[in-house]
Amino acid sequence: MKLKNGNPWIQDEADAGLRSWEEFYRNRWQHDRIVRSTHGVNCTGGCSWQIYVKNGIVTWEMQGLDYPSLEAGLPPYEPRGCQRGISFSWYLYSPLRVKYPYLRGALLDLWREARAQHDDPVAAWKSLVDDEAKRQRWQKARGKGGFRRVDWDTALEIMAAATLHTVKTHGPDRVAGFSPIPAMSMISYASGARFLQLLGGVSLSFYDWYCDLPSASPETWGEQTDVHESADWYNAKLLAVMGSNLNMTRTPDCHFAAEARHNGSKMWVFSPDFNQVAKYADEWVAIHAGQDGAWWMAVDHVLLTELHHQRQVPYFIDYTKRFTDAPLLVELRQDGDHCEAGQLLRANRLAPYAAVENGEWKFLMWDEKSARPRMPMGSVGDRWAKQETGKWNLLLEDGVDREPLDPALTFLGDQTVAVRFDDFGEGTSHRRHVPVRKVALADGTIVTVATVYDLLMAQYGVDRGLAGDYPKGYDDDAPYTPAWQEKYTGMARDVVVRFAREWGRTAELTRGKCTVIIGAGINHWYHGNLMYRAAIHALMFCGCVGVNGGGLAHYVGQEKLAPGESWSAIAFGRDWYPASRLQNAPSWHYVHTDQWRYERSFTDYHTVPQVDRPSFAQGHTMDLQARAVRSGWLPFYPQFERNPLELVRQAEAAGAKSEQEIADWVVEELKARRLRFAIEDPDAPENWPRVWFIWRGNALMASAKGHEYFLKHYLGTHDNSIAQEMAGGSVQDVEWRLPAPTGKMDLVVDLNFRMDTSALYSDLVLPAATWYEKADLNSTDMHSFIHPLSKAVPPCWESKSDWAIFRALAKKVSELAPRHFPAPVKDLVASPLGHDSAAEIAQPAIRDWMAGETEAIPGKTMPALRVVERDLTQLYERYIAFGPLARQNGLNAHGTQYAIDDLYDEAVAHGPTVRVGDLVCPSLDADEQVCDTILKFASVTNGELAWRSYKNMEAKVGLPLAHHAEKNRGARVGYKDLQSQPRRFVNSPMWSGLIENGRAYSPFTYNVESLVPWRTLTGRQHFYLDHPLYLDFGEHLPTYKPRPLPTEYADLRVTEDESRRGTAKLLNYLTPHGKWHIHSTYGDNQRMTTLSRGVEPFWMNDRDAEELGIVDNDWVEVFNDHGVVVTRAAVSARIPRGLAIQYHSPERTYSVPRSPLRGHRRAGGHNSLTRTRLKPNLMAGGYGQFTFHFNYWGPIGCNRDTHVLVRKLPALEW
Amino acid sequence: MNVRSQVAMVFHLDKCIGCHTCSIACKNVWTDRKGTEYMWWNNVETKPGTGYPTAWEDQEKFSGGWEVVDGELRLRSTGRARIVANIFHNPHMPSMDDYYEPWTYDYQELFNAPEGEDQPTAKPLSMVTGEYIDIEAGPNWDDDLGGSPIYAANDPNLEGLSAEQRAQLQAVEQLVFFYFPRICNHCLNPSCVAACPSGALYKRGEDGIVLLDQKRCRAWRACVAACPYKKTFYNWYTGKSEKCILCYPRLETGQAPACFHSCVGRIRYLGVLLYDADRIDEVAKLPDHELVEAHRSLILDPHDPRVIEEARRSGIHDSVIESAQQSPVYKFVKVWKLALPPHIEFRTLPMLFYVPPMSPLQASKDGDLLYHPSGDLFHDIEHSRVPMKFLANLFGAGNEAGVRYALRKQKAVRAHRRALTVGDVDAATAARMLREADTTPEEAEAIYRLTALCTFEERFVIPPMHREEALEMLEDPLTTKQATGFGFLSAPRRGM
Repeated sequence: MKLKNGNPWIQDEADAGLRSWEEFYRNRWQHDRIVRSTHGVNCTGGCSWQIYVKNGIVTWEMQGLDYPSLEAGLPPYEPRGCQRGISFSWYLYSPLRVKYPYLRGALLDLWREARAQHDDPVAAWKSLVDDEAKRQRWQKARGKGGFRRVDWDTALEIMAAATLHTVKTHGPDRVAGFSPIPAMSMISYASGARFLQLLGGVSLSFYDWYCDLPSASPETWGEQTDVHESADWYNAKLLAVMGSNLNMTRTPDCHFAAEARHNGSKMWVFSPDFNQVAKYADEWVAIHAGQDGAWWMAVDHVLLTELHHQRQVPYFIDYTKRFTDAPLLVELRQDGDHCEAGQLLRANRLAPYAAVENGEWKFLMWDEKSARPRMPMGSVGDRWAKQETGKWNLLLEDGVDREPLDPALTFLGDQTVAVRFDDFGEGTSHRRHVPVRKVALADGTIVTVATVYDLLMAQYGVDRGLAGDYPKGYDDDAPYTPAWQEKYTGMARDVVVRFAREWGRTAELTRGKCTVIIGAGINHWYHGNLMYRAAIHALMFCGCVGVNGGGLAHYVGQEKLAPGESWSAIAFGRDWYPASRLQNAPSWHYVHTDQWRYERSFTDYHTVPQVDRPSFAQGHTMDLQARAVRSGWLPFYPQFERNPLELVRQAEAAGAKSEQEIADWVVEELKARRLRFAIEDPDAPENWPRVWFIWRGNALMASAKGHEYFLKHYLGTHDNSIAQEMAGGSVQDVEWRLPAPTGKMDLVVDLNFRMDTSALYSDLVLPAATWYEKADLNSTDMHSFIHPLSKAVPPCWESKSDWAIFRALAKKVSELAPRHFPAPVKDLVASPLGHDSAAEIAQPAIRDWMAGETEAIPGKTMPALRVVERDLTQLYERYIAFGPLARQNGLNAHGTQYAIDDLYDEAVAHGPTVRVGDLVCPSLDADEQVCDTILKFASVTNGELAWRSYKNMEAKVGLPLAHHAEKNRGARVGYKDLQSQPRRFVNSPMWSGLIENGRAYSPFTYNVESLVPWRTLTGRQHFYLDHPLYLDFGEHLPTYKPRPLPTEYADLRVTEDESRRGTAKLLNYLTPHGKWHIHSTYGDNQRMTTLSRGVEPFWMNDRDAEELGIVDNDWVEVFNDHGVVVTRAAVSARIPRGLAIQYHSPERTYSVPRSPLRGHRRAGGHNSLTRTRLKPNLMAGGYGQFTFHFNYWGPIGCNRDTHVLVRKLPALEW
Repeated sequence: MNVRSQVAMVFHLDKCIGCHTCSIACKNVWTDRKGTEYMWWNNVETKPGTGYPTAWEDQEKFSGGWEVVDGELRLRSTGRARIVANIFHNPHMPSMDDYYEPWTYDYQELFNAPEGEDQPTAKPLSMVTGEYIDIEAGPNWDDDLGGSPIYAANDPNLEGLSAEQRAQLQAVEQLVFFYFPRICNHCLNPSCVAACPSGALYKRGEDGIVLLDQKRCRAWRACVAACPYKKTFYNWYTGKSEKCILCYPRLETGQAPACFHSCVGRIRYLGVLLYDADRIDEVAKLPDHELVEAHRSLILDPHDPRVIEEARRSGIHDSVIESAQQSPVYKFVKVWKLALPPHIEFRTLPMLFYVPPMSPLQASKDGDLLYHPSGDLFHDIEHSRVPMKFLANLFGAGNEAGVRYALRKQKAVRAHRRALTVGDVDAATAARMLREADTTPEEAEAIYRLTALCTFEERFVIPPMHREEALEMLEDPLTTKQATGFGFLSAPRRGM
């Protein structure tokens, strides 16, 4: 039919035959099967994907849309999934796919030779590693090609032989494994972790190493991280987004922010560059890089001035009293003409509380009604009480007589004393008067006390008419006024004031619906914890934490493994053994890659209070690290300079019989200095890590801060670092060996589906199943669903699931073990004092047993020592059986606990089961069985167990809690349920959000609504951190510390400063997360390289580029002492001057030319320019929330303060 | 009146996050084969920027779309008569330089390199020649390059901005960018269809989808030159041109097109519009500044009994009329006037409409310090970073009124919701803002809900396609049911 108006081009195809060609595209659309899976990639997305299969081949993926809806008034989750996830199917059949096991050729030749001479594979391995020339032969070949395909048997035999040889010769704590972020594919994580822990090996942490752990969260809340699911952003009426590029890194959730704006929410974005999320903002605050802390200090100044002092908003005041440590009393110590803020006053120092249980760990408020200090409940002393139980709650009642308390926030109007406050920005200090009261102690002495609140008022510089160096208004350039922040942030004072007022007004009118979305852009700075705390305080002062739409939404890394209790039992072998070896990776890499050798005292770059008295805030990081280990604050493996198996044999030879006697003998050896910790001499060959398994992560590139040092000291291959060692003479407690060892690792194994940098540099590359080829589980904090990974197709070529690979390795080890370990062996396991245990009240003061300041008591003043009996011939049988210790002890996480004996028996009765000797256990043989076991025994997927867990918590808290589980007590979720539709978690005391009836998850709503304390020293949210290390480092109060300068930071001590000649520029080098990759995954696939530029470019300012004669897409050479990068420039004014971005994280496997500057060698990746530095006060231990837990507490691997030089590449060389 | 139905689209640019998931959803399913490497039926551009293919909006260079000559519409590229004369040479055809040379990497080097002195690396390889190449261009080359002196500064939509305004866009005070996702507009007056000498292109009667017949195409590529949006592409392997098919195999089975389905910004809407085909010619010839309004006037009220009657007379199924009544596109485009056509001055009458984006407040600089001028919670739209003129060049043929109207209304809806949910905008102020934005509380609620709370089913109201009726013309649908899928597939071949 032609149209009447005669446009001949608009017509119906009336002839149906002419349209039969349309089948062409319809045929493409046809498919045979759709299977639900997701991507195990630490993006936090945790998206539900449908994998399309046609003719047995995965053709493409599309997002699943069938998320259960949340409560009315919230936008739905669908669809979730981003440009990276949807490109995944490329990998399956790509030329980058690892299809078979590959072994470094040099090693294969030597191995075959050795095997011809040695019938026993372990003896063969020994013959190779004992011959230094041979060992170096394959070490020097690492990363330089020469791979050869081998069969699985050979691969497994080499791994098993190296493992057994190492256990026998050096100890199991020289066998290590790194795999990050279990939540992204928890069964696959558990595979290697379980193998290692059943063996006695070492599992390395990731969340802290990635610098994703926000130290301020444990500092403030005693919580690793607990954040809003993204739907809750929609409830926020003011969104402050800082250091978090939602479009880039929360791609599937970003819409909630946009949609909130259309619901009347105001959005501020803080970022030095005009980034993707700034596009969304109502106001983009072009803040100077790394100066966000100064901004928030000024915000807090305004909030306190206007809404706490000039006017007291009742909601804010009430909240501050109930839910923070602000009313608690701090002892002031006289120091000359002024006082210094000290520790919180302990309850047992007062006569009425002298005899209370754990009185050293209970604290005081000034009760207005009775006009005296009173002891509230809820502190860590109540938490770990054995007699006076049921008092760990936030009721404002006296812990002895249960009388209601009316705490004073301030003593304003009383006498005042001058207190010293440090101004690190200017390198000076101020005296500000603080109102105080005197308190008589049981021993008769009188002490001066102030409230935390009054100290905060003084620190923030709120002018309340008191004497001292207080600023006289917002325009006074003194800490921490709006005028003061200008010089750091570059933002006019008016903007800060207006922001603070919008913030305060919004919080007042909505009872706390202000949310800070924050991430790596802040957390990765050396002083990231201080920037976080300043922002958190704005939330706490305005009652924003623990309400829907309010609080700190920190997103860096997929840390939330929802079904944590059952998973951790399986992953860490706790179903068989009571002790495991969990190592904080930042310390491990700092020490073992010898990066500590390349710096002097940390005060070269870390500003600390200038005091006359002895202080912990001085010296070399390594000395504090060693102290942290011997004091039980941090773990360190290897533990001792001797094999822990040998150590038990020696103890027994010396007559020790019981576990206690063995431990006692070891303590005596240590005290007599006949036995040393490995940390005291890490470069001694007996203290090197020897065998390293890497799976699910890119340990040698993407996360390897100081990558070139990894190449040098771990691998012994070439590197591009020119840095000089300088710790000699600076370290005191640690042996300084010359020359530094290179090539510590005997064998590096990588499980991978693609040939990434870690695979390329490993000795053995094993073909791993992809995320569309195996059963697994995935959870995230971005939403409240749990997702399956599924086999859309069987593992391609010779690949196997991670679970199957480590199962096979366990079997091979068990087969080879009888010759070397015919009988069970005893292993001495040293562990640090543990978070969520009574060890949180182990060390009221810092006392060094080695210096004779206190007794050496394992588990109290030093690491705990356990003896574990292992049977290596049974490794395989135990690997595939859910062991009896889980039944016996029940399961726990985050301090919760519940029994599972009946469910365990039920699982045994109904199968599938396996036999271990005489025992019948639930089977963990197949991946899917592991999934189901985790789901069956976790509180978030089994409502009965949630109910039991709440019941147990009621006994601790003394308040009703089990009602949170009543409605969902019958909920059960299995693996197949997840495959059919995403399922939401149920309430569980393991997590702090309440999510019944589709309510969006917001952290700490459980604490605020049910009065369950935070897991901190006082049970409250902490403004004040009174640990002696924090006092010495001047971080007890929120503060501003300046950024380390480039030269002091030792990035550019040796490199010639070409900027003086004008041929190069000095730039601050930032590596935020990028658009075309999730870490290093996806970035190398053909889709993502096409949509980007074929390389990860170096983003720089247009005028900076122009001055160097660089135009867009020119090749540039970027360098510092640590290494060199060669890539292309992306030039835009959206990057401010003096700053450069290379998005995390490129591979050095594709499109990387050579560097003329560094010997014409292949240039590196982004981490070739970084190195790791540890912030020493984050090592504190055995003290409330400052107590170690894997991935939870400890120093973090910061890298934002790095500086580089950039120049135009003189000549392109491949 | 000649009522026709069309599956039409809205992209809400305020919500677009520039992630390109849409692009890959499309590429995975449709253009992942030999000859289609460089085809991006769906792409996303950074604005200001030059887009893909480079500078496609510059019709001085590419001569796409229509012009009015002596009161008649004429293809700018060529007419049917002229194409025969110039059949082997079209001076306005984009070349590989305007696109890019597709590449991959020598990945196998990583596995196969013999042991050497240094680390192997996978070098880029041309997918055209198989040789190593130096990558100089890509389909998304200026992604996120707002403030680029090479790309952003050369956006054709900057026309009419003063030198000072242009300089501001390169400075922290007004630096900005936003995203512009593009697919085929499935135009009412498609120049690609008009240009084809072989009659291979047609606009489907039942849904308005513009298709390119893979059997009839003879590779003249006149469509490539004629489409001002450069959304038809030549497949060098099959010798046929191809273009976005709006995923008709999905639409026909009640599923949203892949790029819509995959949009995690939730910016996309799809639904039926009824329009008056009799007036296309008349509207397409109007002066530039009248085009937006006139284009909107083509869209008919699906609730109007007269329209319904005429629609039935044109053979439009009742279920399609019902679908049109639920259409989110109708609301955004016709009722709320929030969504505007891209480059209406190309006169193809696109059936994809864009809600123009809000943008952050401009700053000012004094010495080393940055100031934000506004004291209001939500700033004046005139102080937004994206210049009104720029948006008007994109979405109003240079006329700012429509863009300003859409932005003012978005802001008023936000103030309305703020008043309800917080209260620091008082009710009277919110009411005044709604009035000034030509809207009501009821309409504001509806806009809010469809913008923020929308579910999949609300965003995509897909009309029943009644495949049984379409098939019936060819064979008994029962036969189809019994025999479908049997047979040997044969792909289109060069010249056939």
